Amino acid sequence: MKRVKRRYLALQLECEILPTEREFIDAVWAAVTKLFGEVGASTTGLSLISFDLNRKIAVIRTSLAALNIVKASVAVITGIAGKEAAVHVLAVSGTLKALYSNVN
Amino acid sequence: MTRVFTDLHLRVNHKDQQATQQIINRAARFGYSLVSIPFTSAMRQEELAKLKAMSTDVGVDFVSRADFHPRTENDLTHFLRKFRRQFEVISISCDTKEVARQAAKDRRVDLLSFPSLDYHKRFFDRAEAELASGCLAALEVDVKPLLVLEGPSRVRLLMSLRREVAVAREFKVPIVLSSGVAEERFMRYPRDMASLAYMVGLDEASALDAVSTNPEEIVKRNRVKLSNRFVAPGISIVKEGKT
Repeated sequence: MKRVKRRYLALQLECEILPTEREFIDAVWAAVTKLFGEVGASTTGLSLISFDLNRKIAVIRTSLAALNIVKASVAVITGIAGKEAAVHVLAVSGTLKALYSNVN
Repeated sequence: MTRVFTDLHLRVNHKDQQATQQIINRAARFGYSLVSIPFTSAMRQEELAKLKAMSTDVGVDFVSRADFHPRTENDLTHFLRKFRRQFEVISISCDTKEVARQAAKDRRVDLLSFPSLDYHKRFFDRAEAELASGCLAALEVDVKPLLVLEGPSRVRLLMSLRREVAVAREFKVPIVLSSGVAEERFMRYPRDMASLAYMVGLDEASALDAVSTNPEEIVKRNRVKLSNRFVAPGISIVKEGKT
């Protein structure tokens, strides 16, 4: 079986009240599902890698094939857990090591 | 070559200095190099100077832009005759087909925009694109409705935009992606704006061009035309002789 290529995204949260990890990843899933449907969402292989509360930076992983879907969905987020919020993509990388060196 | 990211449609009220300053600061922080706040009527030179100074302070170049909603073709030509030489960018919101056609074939128009909510009034079809491709007009797509709308209205908008983008690409009409936001919270990084264009069928390179190269070219072209040294396309004054 062909290996699935992945991409890691560093996301900057912009919100007054910090959401929990669960609320954040739920908001991402909701945005993907709303825009691309359940079939589209199922191709993303989305998962939360880390969530830095102090710097408001989250790292998520997705499949390369669904990278554009995830980037578009993340840009559409205007609220998390009922509070106004925005999510910006800081960096995209193929490895966590490169991603962290980009962000730091 | 690094891209010069541009947002030509920050819809903040320029008379509200604090909000204007905040939105320009944020644009600078997000990496935009060229920004514009539209005027709807005659612009006072001191207002423009203030906005330019505000932008220069944070390292952003301010572009003067006028938005107009003409009701008739005559309205449009009257507006263009009066304001073309005062603004660097002219955008026409087309509410009727007659206005849309006239705007597309007038070389003084830079941007064509259409109502986001009323999809019956989106007149960017093949005929419109053919006229626009023969002139210099570009299709402006605002990102804000994609963030704000939900459900069937967003679906309808996406459907219209996808069709229009395909037609524009077929006829090589440049596409300009703008934010169209009045509030800071809806502002997005330039690359995030380009990501949103994926939903309307633009590939990554074209989407990045729509937030950088395409608007930048419009501004460059018009700045040359508005300079004192411009005579006609391809002819400019290089040196003046002594009399």
